[in-house]
Amino acid sequence: MPADKVILVEGLTKRFGDFTAVDHISFEVSRGEIFGFLGANGAGKTTAMRMLCGLSMPSSGKARVAGFDIYKENEKIKKNIGYMSQKFSLYDDLTVKENMRFYGGIYGKSDVFIKDKTKTILEQLHLTAEGDKLVGSLPLGWKQKLAFSVAIFHEPEIVFLDEPTGGVDPVTRREFWNLIYEASASGITVFVTTHYMDEAEYCKRVSIMVDGRIDALDTPANLKLILGAESMDEVFLKLARKATRVES
Amino acid sequence: MRANSPFSILNSQFFAFIKKEFFHIWRDKSTLFILLGMPVAQIIIFGFALTNEVKNAKFAVLDQSKDVATQQLITEMDASRYFDLSKNLTSYKQIEEEFKKGTVKLAVVFPPNFNEDLQHFNKAQVQLVADASDPNVANTLTNYASNIIGDYQKRVTGNRELPYTITTEMRMLYNPQLKGAFNFVPGVMAMVLLLVCTMMTAITIVKEKEMGTMEIMLVSPMRPQLVVFAKAVPYLLLSIINISTILLLSYFVLEMPINGSLVLLVGESILFTLVSLSLGLLISAGAASQQAAMFISLIALFLPTIMLSGFMFPVENMPIPMQVVSKIAPASWYYSIVKSVMIKGIGLHAIWKETLVLAGMMVFFLTLAIKKFKIRLA
Repeated sequence: MPADKVILVEGLTKRFGDFTAVDHISFEVSRGEIFGFLGANGAGKTTAMRMLCGLSMPSSGKARVAGFDIYKENEKIKKNIGYMSQKFSLYDDLTVKENMRFYGGIYGKSDVFIKDKTKTILEQLHLTAEGDKLVGSLPLGWKQKLAFSVAIFHEPEIVFLDEPTGGVDPVTRREFWNLIYEASASGITVFVTTHYMDEAEYCKRVSIMVDGRIDALDTPANLKLILGAESMDEVFLKLARKATRVES
Repeated sequence: MRANSPFSILNSQFFAFIKKEFFHIWRDKSTLFILLGMPVAQIIIFGFALTNEVKNAKFAVLDQSKDVATQQLITEMDASRYFDLSKNLTSYKQIEEEFKKGTVKLAVVFPPNFNEDLQHFNKAQVQLVADASDPNVANTLTNYASNIIGDYQKRVTGNRELPYTITTEMRMLYNPQLKGAFNFVPGVMAMVLLLVCTMMTAITIVKEKEMGTMEIMLVSPMRPQLVVFAKAVPYLLLSIINISTILLLSYFVLEMPINGSLVLLVGESILFTLVSLSLGLLISAGAASQQAAMFISLIALFLPTIMLSGFMFPVENMPIPMQVVSKIAPASWYYSIVKSVMIKGIGLHAIWKETLVLAGMMVFFLTLAIKKFKIRLA
């Protein structure tokens, strides 16, 4: 196995009864890459991501995350990944610092590490003055950036982002993506699902899921070339139109 | 420097979680106030407002004899703290009229020649007519009145030898004054512990599920079992505070004795708390929303605790199916343990069966809860 491939997926499948949510998908993600995971609602991208995070057991297929087998080495994978879900997941009734203290704590980080890291992040986000404010009192855009910083607080190898910019204004989305670039530059692999096609352009490579299968996987530029499309929007529509699965 | 040994990681996870949990509790002042104030309020309400004792009940007299003995008896009843004389009647018909008006609860009827009968035949009759539209009050009042009359009779006949008499002497063991507190303090303890532990743990865990923070924790290296235990600890501590409040209030304010071992009592209470916590965890595993968690806790636990544990109504009088249900409710076992230890002062040797049942329930609920918790991961 090549050492720089942090995610290796081969024929990964998830069935719920008769329904095949994820149908034999295969792909690789390299270290430090920003990998866009696209698909219409119900295409199976969240299910695929949940399998890679250890939240859901695959029905068949193979996958290695951060060098560990998803069946046998679940615990080791958990230490090396970060996760940010669609729902905002910081505690509103805790301060910014207390939230970081908590998430650092459940990843088993030492007090010194947590203290240093908290300081670094607050400076990076220009939130040093807000460290002792309750998260609930902050604007949504700040919260979202904060949630991302907390997801990579323990310095994981890979961070999984499930539609992280839902409901956020374009300016904040741009700032959010700057954070993603910084993380990627520091060697963290970013695996991101999104609905926004402009965000797809920011990714190094994107995969597009249709009806549980990966229909296309390449750089945004190549995808546009192959499909003769002007924009990622067009690429997506051309592929997604083939979908036969009805959104439930 | 990083915390690397498995134990210190476990430690840091556990304490980070408990600290967070305390922030939640501490910052939600209204809930905290309810959690800590509830036992105080319940003890006061049950101790002073809801009591089966009847004081200063109005009674009427139909005295057809009007002699020394009846006068003495009436004065004695009027003087007691249970009764107040409200009316002298002149005919039987008036009794029902008074009852219908609701002004009196009891009528005492003396037949003609009461004193004569008493003096010459050693036998006289008094009729007590009670308004039994409230059977409990009627029962209590006739008991009080019979006792007063009995006392009087003893005094009158005391200096005389009667040929054949059977005197029944009653002793109310463990609760000579028949205080209501003896009954409800154990009940309130069961109720408060169940409410704090079961409902609050269920609600807070479901809240994490609703908010999406539970998912973050399941992705983290923190083991689900550890999440479950860390969730339970703060509520265990709150419950210990509540147990202390209840015991202190009932001992100093309601003057209820603690005849058995305090250590045993507290130990059993902690065991019951653990049962309640496990139940809360189990409910949280099944409930989809905070409201659902609350309703399940209330309907499945709270009502059986009040109705079927023997705290309000005696279990012995219930139909067999209800008695079976009562045996399933953990509160009924705890209720009988607290009564035994607190009032009768008996030790573990007499309540090991109840203790074992509670311990078994705890293991059962906890295993089920952890199992259900794990299934969510698959």
